[in-house]
Amino acid sequence: MSGNTRIDALLLLAVAALAVLPLALGLGDHKEEPFAGADAETETAITEIEPDYEPWFSPLYEPPSGEVESALFALQAALGAGVLAYYFGLRRGRRQGERRAGSLRETQPAALPEPLPGARSGAGPEEAGGTAESAGETGTRGA
Amino acid sequence: MVPVSQETGQGASTIHEVLERICPVMHIAEGFLPPAHAVTWGAASAPFIVHGVRRLTREVREHPGSTLLLGASGAFTFVLSALKLPSVTGSCSHPTGTGLGAILFRPPMMAVLGTITLLFQALLLAHGGLTTLGANAFSMAIAGPWAGYALYRLLRRSGAPLMAAVFSGAFAADLSTYCVTSAQLALAFPDPVSGFWGALGKFGSIFAFTQIPLAVSEGLLTVFVMRLLVQSSRGELTRLGVLVSGGRAGQRKASGSGAVA
Repeated sequence: MSGNTRIDALLLLAVAALAVLPLALGLGDHKEEPFAGADAETETAITEIEPDYEPWFSPLYEPPSGEVESALFALQAALGAGVLAYYFGLRRGRRQGERRAGSLRETQPAALPEPLPGARSGAGPEEAGGTAESAGETGTRGA
Repeated sequence: MVPVSQETGQGASTIHEVLERICPVMHIAEGFLPPAHAVTWGAASAPFIVHGVRRLTREVREHPGSTLLLGASGAFTFVLSALKLPSVTGSCSHPTGTGLGAILFRPPMMAVLGTITLLFQALLLAHGGLTTLGANAFSMAIAGPWAGYALYRLLRRSGAPLMAAVFSGAFAADLSTYCVTSAQLALAFPDPVSGFWGALGKFGSIFAFTQIPLAVSEGLLTVFVMRLLVQSSRGELTRLGVLVSGGRAGQRKASGSGAVA
């Protein structure tokens, strides 16, 4: 269980390191505008490769400022993260519900056909609490 | 006829800088592919997207239970393509997040989900564009997912651990998206001296540099989400053929992610 969490933490840590290291090491210092994603500068570039090229279409809507643009990017990330969180939350809740139902039915025999092995090994603290709680419930009921 | 930019004179001394400006955040900007190219790429993408829509509706009809996981795959693409991350070259780019859905639901689904993401960014963020939607969809929603899926299948078939295959698949999906983008740019703006191949060589080598660390990040994040899925959605993953059997998956997971981490 802790091994699992440790691997997850390591994965996220590695991603964070990959993002932070270029900043921390100042890899963008040689540039006029370090770490720009600068879509606006796009035009310059093509004009330099092909001086007579002119963009023939412009965006229907353009965020009026960098702030609005980053707000919309944040919205996009938030929408995605929200759906992902909903998915995993729902799964976890369902699994707990199933487990509780299973352990209420009898003590705990054939309940939980296959989610058990993976779920057990990967269960977070809350999950462990859930099982303990339902076990307690059956206990009192039995007594 | 003054071109759009006022600062044409001072910028971009090296190809490297030029390139980062053309396509600093992966997608080709609005209006920056000549009309003939835009139409051609649109025509090339259309059948894939239509096919994807068909597969998607069939999947949802036959397995209503998988709608949620489909939504989650789309959401993953949404999150990752909103994450502009700094890279070693000193500029920012973003991952694509298409590898996960391609591995779970096969690439045709991602043709749809990826295009939806691109459309959102083109309409609301002025990032990418409607005229370049076909080209961008071809690189991010079609070529990337297929490349990632192909590598994933190849590795799985040769007995690689699940998480190692997932990492490589996501990595390949990300990187090949960029490779296709540079090919598209090289076709549209060939080098005056060395032509398409010269331009492709320059574009490709420089792009790869920025994108490799991001592709690694994408691989790691995809493994992270896949690990969560293995814990939470075992049944679904088995139905989709990602997990072969309940018992061995645990071991595979452990060894695979160990190798990755």
